[in-house]
Amino acid sequence: MGVRIKNMKYADFQDNETLELFEKTGGNVMLTTIDDVIDWGRSNSIWPLTFATSCCGIEMMATGASRHDFARFGIEVYRASPRQADVIVVAGTIVNKMAPVLKRLYDQMSDPKYVIAMGACAVSGGPFFYNTYHVIRGVDHVVPVDVYIPGCPPRPEALLYGVMQLQRKIKLETIAKERKTKDDGRRRTIKL
Amino acid sequence: MDSEKLTDKILEIVPEAQQEENKQFLTFLIPPDKLKTLTTHLKEEKELDFDYLFCLTGVDWGTELGVVYHLTSTSLNHSVELKVKTDNRETPEFDTVTDLWMTADFFEREVWDLFGIRFTGHPDLRRILLEEDWVGYPMRKDYTDEVNIVEL
Amino acid sequence: MKEIINLPVQSIEEEEYHINMGPQHPSTHGVLRLVVTLQGEIVKKLQPHCGYIHRGIEKMCEKDTYQQIIHLTDRMDYLSAHINNHAVCLLVEGALEVEVPERVKYIRTILDELNRIASHQLWWSSFGMDLGGLTCFFYGLRDREHILDIFEESFGSRLLHSYYTPGGLMRDVHPNFQKRVKDFLKYNRKKIKDYDRILSGNVIFLERSKGVGVLSKELAINYGVTGPSGRGSGWACDIRKKHPYAMYDKVEFREVLRHEGDTYSRYMVRIDEMRESMNIIEQLIDNIPEGDFSAKMKPIIRLPEGEYYQCVESARGELGIYCISDGNKNPVRMKFRTPSFVNLGVLDKISREMKIADLVAIGASLDLVIPDIDR
Ligand code: SF4
Repeated sequence: MGVRIKNMKYADFQDNETLELFEKTGGNVMLTTIDDVIDWGRSNSIWPLTFATSCCGIEMMATGASRHDFARFGIEVYRASPRQADVIVVAGTIVNKMAPVLKRLYDQMSDPKYVIAMGACAVSGGPFFYNTYHVIRGVDHVVPVDVYIPGCPPRPEALLYGVMQLQRKIKLETIAKERKTKDDGRRRTIKL
Repeated sequence: MDSEKLTDKILEIVPEAQQEENKQFLTFLIPPDKLKTLTTHLKEEKELDFDYLFCLTGVDWGTELGVVYHLTSTSLNHSVELKVKTDNRETPEFDTVTDLWMTADFFEREVWDLFGIRFTGHPDLRRILLEEDWVGYPMRKDYTDEVNIVEL
Repeated sequence: MKEIINLPVQSIEEEEYHINMGPQHPSTHGVLRLVVTLQGEIVKKLQPHCGYIHRGIEKMCEKDTYQQIIHLTDRMDYLSAHINNHAVCLLVEGALEVEVPERVKYIRTILDELNRIASHQLWWSSFGMDLGGLTCFFYGLRDREHILDIFEESFGSRLLHSYYTPGGLMRDVHPNFQKRVKDFLKYNRKKIKDYDRILSGNVIFLERSKGVGVLSKELAINYGVTGPSGRGSGWACDIRKKHPYAMYDKVEFREVLRHEGDTYSRYMVRIDEMRESMNIIEQLIDNIPEGDFSAKMKPIIRLPEGEYYQCVESARGELGIYCISDGNKNPVRMKFRTPSFVNLGVLDKISREMKIADLVAIGASLDLVIPDIDR
């Protein structure tokens, strides 16, 4: 995201609404109509990858199914191939053996790509933080994360909210600056 | 077969077996070299007919490593628990029972993976859960890993 | 030119090659990896590689108290969370010789069965989806939400409940509980007919499931394949009948058995089991006795020194817990004999000489839950 402001308070930085206002009112010179159109298109047709390692995956399925119906928000078709997916919802624990696979899946996705860490396990290791030898404590050690959704498992509503946060984030994007998809050590987060 | 007869029968096959106290199952501690003989008898003999191995557990008792077998017979409804132990923590090794009960295949691979107990004669003894190049056997009591384990 | 033509050509039919299915594959239901050796389209050999979700639960148990362990068992087989909790509770109660109140037994049995129905519904949805019928996915999950509503009302959680504690329940059920369950039963009786109408009699489905992946009774016993998969082969292995716990010795129900041993019979066992579960609930729901929802327990549970084994019938088969205690507040060794881990072992055997497309059907019919395999 191309916001780099010197005289903005740290607290405001965490506040999404200030950020959005700032963007809209001329913080970024390049925010043009083209940006608006592209972001509108992108944010309303996010295709997730069918990637579920454990319990959170069931809640993700439930979100996609009849009652909660993902598709209302444009996060429409589950894709089985990473090459066709825009967002990878990491639903479940990532263990040492799985981490290289996840990284490869992420690398195979085409830009622009986004990551949602769903559930306590993907956020921080969750219930498997202590005393275990095979769990990665937070998926942000492996891939950069855009939105964190806490919960064990998060309710479908929480996932929907997280997706909407991601859409908000996409709407702030500009084609003038390249998106950072390589993990540069900074965590790119949206506060939920 | 009731438990007294079963005890006699097992002691007849392996006189060195020690009976242990246990409320649920008839439990015997078997010397490792007699395991093969006993399990073959238990499986093959018609009046014993232990055809279902329902649990196979690797255990680290602190100083000793061992394996616990839970056997039952689906036709005659009697069960028995067998234990083997060894002091050798460097290269512990027991005979496999995969040729008798195929379920032991995965169980034994798991025990090899997490406890480092070898099973002689197992057709395909590889790590099943961890990566092939994992160092150490994590379920042992003396396993330490400063990188991956956060102690509470 | 002539020489080229005369070169010995090995036909594709004879050559063996490997295909890697998973760990990220939609039809393995999680992160299971299968390395399949094929000749043409025929499966010659299959090597399951698990461990992509091995979380070391057994190691964690050695540092945890028994109340904490309950929360970990939820995460093993998340589709039958109540039943997993039940196993730990029974183990602790059996070791301490605690008698739980009647009310608790009734509620536990009802919840277990509801959980079993929910699990089978999800299995039905994904089974249909694997065979190409997306309708099943929506129908199954729609009906499952009704059960989750009941759960949510009583203990505020949809999937992982951790509602049972050693000695009883965490809190009492919601006053609406009985009514909601009865409404659900009425609803589900109607809907289950739809399941039959959509899938059970479908010609394409029959073609793809009859005679596919045949597992004989002897093999099932030798491989230890329990649960609906074992009963589909004619092996009466229901723990609820063999070693009854909770209210199962007081209610009447049929142990569903089929003898063909193929994918279709495993399918039908599960469908019939849903009906049996509803029968069990119907017998209990009207006469839940009043009383406490928990027995008196010490806040810190120490099991007496010794070994304990407890098995329950989870939605996938026999879940056994083997526990060694040295009298401390945490166990020395806690082993979970999980049904999926054992059932996976037979996949190689029954999918040989089948087509690769059938492998998906066979795998789905075994109803594997991957964290249940890896723990
Ligand atoms: S956060 Fe909880 S529900 Fe989600 S994968 Fe982890 S243990 Fe399962």
